[in-house]
Amino acid sequence: MTRVRPQWVLPLSLVVALILGLLPLPPTLQPLRPYWLALVLAYWVIEDPDHIGLGVAFLIGLAGDLVYGGLFGEQALRLVVMAYILQRFRARLRFFPMSQQALAIGGLLLNDRIVTAAIHIAVGEPTMPASSWLAPLAGMLLWPLLFVGLDSLRLGRWRGR
Amino acid sequence: MPSYAGPPTAARTGDVAGTLKLLAYLALAVTLIMLDHRGGWLSQVRRQATLLVQPLWMVAGWPGQMVERISDDAGTLTQLTAENRRLRNDLMLNQARMARLQTLAADNARLRGLLDAAERGKLDVVLSPVLDIDLDPTRQRLVLDAGSRDGVQVGQSVIDAGGLLGQIIAVTPMYANVLLLTDPSHAVPVAVARNGVRLVVYGEGRSDLLRVPSVPLSSDIKVGDVLVTSGLGGRFAPGFPVGTIASLRPDDSRAFLIGEVTPAAQLDRGREVLVLLNQPSPLPGATAFNATTSPAMSAPSGAAIAVGQGTAALPGAAATTQASPAPATTPAKPGTQAPASTPAKPDAQAPAANKPPAQPAAPTEPRR
Repeated sequence: MTRVRPQWVLPLSLVVALILGLLPLPPTLQPLRPYWLALVLAYWVIEDPDHIGLGVAFLIGLAGDLVYGGLFGEQALRLVVMAYILQRFRARLRFFPMSQQALAIGGLLLNDRIVTAAIHIAVGEPTMPASSWLAPLAGMLLWPLLFVGLDSLRLGRWRGR
Repeated sequence: MPSYAGPPTAARTGDVAGTLKLLAYLALAVTLIMLDHRGGWLSQVRRQATLLVQPLWMVAGWPGQMVERISDDAGTLTQLTAENRRLRNDLMLNQARMARLQTLAADNARLRGLLDAAERGKLDVVLSPVLDIDLDPTRQRLVLDAGSRDGVQVGQSVIDAGGLLGQIIAVTPMYANVLLLTDPSHAVPVAVARNGVRLVVYGEGRSDLLRVPSVPLSSDIKVGDVLVTSGLGGRFAPGFPVGTIASLRPDDSRAFLIGEVTPAAQLDRGREVLVLLNQPSPLPGATAFNATTSPAMSAPSGAAIAVGQGTAALPGAAATTQASPAPATTPAKPGTQAPASTPAKPDAQAPAANKPPAQPAAPTEPRR
């Protein structure tokens, strides 16, 4: 904590994640759209646990619900669950090699899909199509890129993992 | 930023606190979900908060707009020539149709005069660019670059050149949200244009497909039938094309048919849509606007729009040039869509003729 870190990276990355979730995609790619918000949040929970906890996850989730117009509270719930699991395994995750870390994130995103499906079934919302279960895969593949990218932004240099 | 997780005892107390926090947040989230799902009185809060979110939508719309602009600029000469030729052909065709429709319009006006049908306002629309498109399997929405400043209100129908697109579900001063026909939570009461059989069309979450469940086996409906809004329910004006039956198959119980419908509107294309302002306010600007937009629309839709507005087409308006497509409409639909227009006409007319009692409700209802 001795180095001065740019404060804008955190809010900016979240806003960019929100926008990435909104960008219109061709219908074929649509089901593959990764849950950007969760990915970015996961990064911050892992790397900056002093500032990003369950409360922030909850608020970000509410923002996501507003922006995407889903059920109010749905993403809040999903992100809180995700943040909690991440906090639990944070110490281990940080020392995983990148490939293993990506796998863990993929698992988390898959879990998130299950939570979503459960919420949708519970409230009787239409369920997601089968192809949407591919999205965690996309998220998993993007994780190393996102991690390295955000790291270099936050630390101002390449960490060289 | 501790690089070491710390002794297990410290972690233990943290665990308990963390779990409690988790439970608290989960309870809060579940409460919110329930409130939003059941009561819907979060919608007011939501509407306010949507204002804050709008800049994001705008930013998210930029790349799409940029791509469109680039593809516009990159149109080659041959493409443009081809398009020009096609448009010119369309225009000629439509003019020919219009010419025929005008005689029908005069006829219609005269007949309606005989029937003492009530007068209705002219077609009053706002042309609005599409700001953002959200085509998710569970959510099919548009964000329009027009809001309450432009007269857009919740409940108004949104159409494009092909037919009905959806309805306005949220409005802020600058923007409006459209729930597309294809949204899984959307249903439209329709009638088969050929014979007036009433059905309800549901969204599927796919932008190229709608569904008509539970069609009785005995009903007279077949592949290729054109569905138009029936106007029942008072939300949509009657007569807008909704789609064409693409296939019919028996459902699991074998007692009913399930129909798949190809939407008439281009739900996943196009960058501009028309919002129908139901208020019959004959502003001078609005009429001028009508004049500019109507040629842009292809004949069937132009005709159908008029059907919607002019279920009881005004005898007086037949004289004015822009309004002329409007009264022409009811006969126009069978004429353009079913080649055998004469026998079809009385049938198609029948549901429309039943409409006027329901129709006056339409303009008022969306304002709720």
